[in-house]
Amino acid sequence: MSLLNIFNQVEISHYIYLSTVLFAIGLFGVLFRRNAIILLMCIELMLNAVNLLFTAFSTYMGDSDGQIFVFFIMVVAAAEAAVGLAILVLVYRNTRKTDVSFLDQLKG
Amino acid sequence: MIFLPLMGFVVNGILGKWMPKSLSGWLGTATVLGSFVLAVMNFMELSGGTPEIASINTKLFTFLSVGDFHVDFAFQFDRLSAVMTLIITGIGTLIHMYSIAYMHDDDGLYKFFAYLNLFIFNMLVLVLGSNYLMLFFGWEGVGLCSYLLIGFWYKNVDFGKAARKAFVMNRIGDLGLLMGLFLIYDTYGSFEYQEVFRQVFIGTADSTAVNTAIALLLFIGAMGKSAQIPLYTWLPDAMAGPTPVSALIHAATMVTAGIYLVIRSEAIYALSPFAREIVMWIGLATSIMAALIGLKQNDIKKVLAYSTVSQLGLMFIALGCGAYTAALFHVITHAFFKALLFLGSGSVIHGMHHEQDIREMGGLRKKMPITYLTFLIGTLAITGFPFLSGFFSKDEILVSAFTHNPLVFGLALISAGITGFYMFRMFFVTFHGTYRNHHHPFEKVHESPLLMTLPLLVLAVLSVVGGAVNLPHYLGEGISGGLHHLLSYDGGGKFSPILMYPEHVIELSHTAEIGLLAMAVSVFVIAFLYTRNKYVVKGAVPEADADQQGMGKVLSNKFYVDEAYDVAFVAPLEGASDTLTHYVDEKAIKSAVDGVGKGGFGLSKMLSKIQNGNIEYYLVYMVIGIALLLAFNLF
Amino acid sequence: MFQQLPIPFLILSFLTILSALYVVTSKNPVHSVLALIFTFFTISAHYVLLNAQFLAVVNLIVYAGAIMVLFLFVLMLLNLSKDTEPVKSNWWGIAAAISAGSLLLIITAAFQVSGEAIAKNPVEGIGLVKALGKVLFTRFVVPFELTGILFLAAMVGAVLLGKREKNNAVLIPKEERSDS
Repeated sequence: MSLLNIFNQVEISHYIYLSTVLFAIGLFGVLFRRNAIILLMCIELMLNAVNLLFTAFSTYMGDSDGQIFVFFIMVVAAAEAAVGLAILVLVYRNTRKTDVSFLDQLKG
Repeated sequence: MIFLPLMGFVVNGILGKWMPKSLSGWLGTATVLGSFVLAVMNFMELSGGTPEIASINTKLFTFLSVGDFHVDFAFQFDRLSAVMTLIITGIGTLIHMYSIAYMHDDDGLYKFFAYLNLFIFNMLVLVLGSNYLMLFFGWEGVGLCSYLLIGFWYKNVDFGKAARKAFVMNRIGDLGLLMGLFLIYDTYGSFEYQEVFRQVFIGTADSTAVNTAIALLLFIGAMGKSAQIPLYTWLPDAMAGPTPVSALIHAATMVTAGIYLVIRSEAIYALSPFAREIVMWIGLATSIMAALIGLKQNDIKKVLAYSTVSQLGLMFIALGCGAYTAALFHVITHAFFKALLFLGSGSVIHGMHHEQDIREMGGLRKKMPITYLTFLIGTLAITGFPFLSGFFSKDEILVSAFTHNPLVFGLALISAGITGFYMFRMFFVTFHGTYRNHHHPFEKVHESPLLMTLPLLVLAVLSVVGGAVNLPHYLGEGISGGLHHLLSYDGGGKFSPILMYPEHVIELSHTAEIGLLAMAVSVFVIAFLYTRNKYVVKGAVPEADADQQGMGKVLSNKFYVDEAYDVAFVAPLEGASDTLTHYVDEKAIKSAVDGVGKGGFGLSKMLSKIQNGNIEYYLVYMVIGIALLLAFNLF
Repeated sequence: MFQQLPIPFLILSFLTILSALYVVTSKNPVHSVLALIFTFFTISAHYVLLNAQFLAVVNLIVYAGAIMVLFLFVLMLLNLSKDTEPVKSNWWGIAAAISAGSLLLIITAAFQVSGEAIAKNPVEGIGLVKALGKVLFTRFVVPFELTGILFLAAMVGAVLLGKREKNNAVLIPKEERSDS
């Protein structure tokens, strides 16, 4: 079914490395950037890295549960993006900024 | 059977506030009556059935199970429990009924019945449990209920203090009991009666010392609950509670728990003559001392309270002599006539609108004929008027004392004689002579309602015929010794007798026994004539406490025991706690605690710099934390 | 070690990482969004390689189609297309790189340590709609229903947040902060 017989040539470990690298890039973005929208995007990137790993394991083990989990992650990601962006719009409306370093009102 | 009162407690305790008063009273009474009926039915099954069975055992659920330690929430209905259960539920029913009338204008009526029901439940657990832990459970439960009921009129500070005193005194005894239980478990590896006694019988613990220690520790518990020297002072103060409570808890049932404990542990006591001697002498001392104090008390309930202590002392004498049947017999008859006397005094107090001082009474027989009559019967029964119940039971104790040691017999006889003096003194001063209360017109004194007199009548009848439970053998072999036969039933070959060892056989000739009886009766007659002469013919009135002199002063101040306790225990304790408060608490602990607080404050100041509110920093911390966690798992 | 790998996998992985890096480093948020969409396309291509055809399609529709459009829409709405983001100091870059790098190292180290090779057990057709649907609506039917509730809650929350209220200016800045 596949375009090429990938199982014979690619080990699961390569997918693990790939998704770990993607995850680390997303994490770096979350830590480095200050624009809240970019932060949310980086979180999406991290979630996708996890999705990729789930799918890879699912395929290699012949068990479709992993792919079901990907669905659920997508659901959560969509909900999170919707709520997060709504909050962001609200914050922007009040402060005219989307900079997270500006939001230090959490200080106790 | 056991859970009916608990049900009553729950319903009354939760819903009582919204129920009409009479309903909560009748509900409480009905539940106890129900368990009485069930107890009678079970008793019939136990003794009347063929073949006879030793006990009915029911295991409800596992109470505790920790490792090898295993205790069941189980009941054992054997002959001893049966007798106790009949007393508790039977007299309990009458007293509940009486309370409906006695407490009818009290706001906390539902609470009162809730407590009473809880008490009955706990008492049943105490006597029906099949192991020592159940006994302890019930034991603490009745202590709690006693506390709640003594302090029932909690708005009065003195009553609250009396309740606290009772509780603390009981706790001292409980400590002894608890240590005894630990020792039992340590020695015999079980709390189950049957298992423990089987091991005692086959002699698992070879040493008499261990058994003596167990017996003495258990006896300390019994001392607290059954008000023996030195822990008796709470009982007279406990009279602060409502009179039905005094009748139920502090005369008829709870105070006999100590007797029950000793009878139940007969196997252990049998192995330790030394412990039995101690029990006997303490009982004797208590009996005489309480009787002497009773001579000079002017509060109608206090007289009865000291009389109770004295009678309990007599029971312990019997136990010490190994006459378990006699002790139990006296428990039964005492429950009858002392409940009668307390309820009678309650009736008097009710009629006099809460006047308790007998010097303020007099001539009441004209106004309260039923109370007068029943009180007379109760007095005669307790003083040992021939062929009333107290006569038989008390004489049985005296006979057993005589066979044990004539000196003990003599002292016990004196104690019994003093009983006659103070009881008749109180009786004559209260009901005969002229009315002496000037605040409360004689015309307003009234007889109590039927609901109160009916229990009095029933108890009076029981006080008269109660002796039939265990008639002495000189009245004829066929009808005598019913209780004795009941208790010494050997379990039909199975191993569950209540008394393991044959009782101390009383081998007195009939003439000797009748001689002893004659002495007892003559003491009774002397007491009767003397007091009648003094208080009826001469119309003397007891002096006020302040006018007492010499020995009388000592007696009316109860031998200064309370004061001595104050000096000996309370004052040093207060001093010690003052010292501790000042030096240890304020200086050491306070500064240590404050130091911790200050240190924490400084630390938090430092740490709060980390918490600068900026999410970015938080993110970095989080990632580092996750990395560290993973690394920690990894290596 | 890369030599034995098939060319399509290598190219796809390279593109994925490259575009992901561009997402993080681009100054212009719109470019970031477009790069992220491209990343999702490459990940979908990976799904196809992994025999998860349905997932590849869903990934495109949901992520690239819905979520990222939402992001773009918000960017346009807030008019943030130009580069307004203040640059962080180098210190931040180093700290972020160290944190992320150490996590990367630890995860790969964990994989190396655990080291057990996963038995290959490929089954034909588990990535197809029929197979996934069967599992989703039998064993996972309760979580599936629960996600419906989650979506409803998210929707209500988003609408509630987006509603303009009067006098809700709770986060008015006390003073203009200069970056440091």
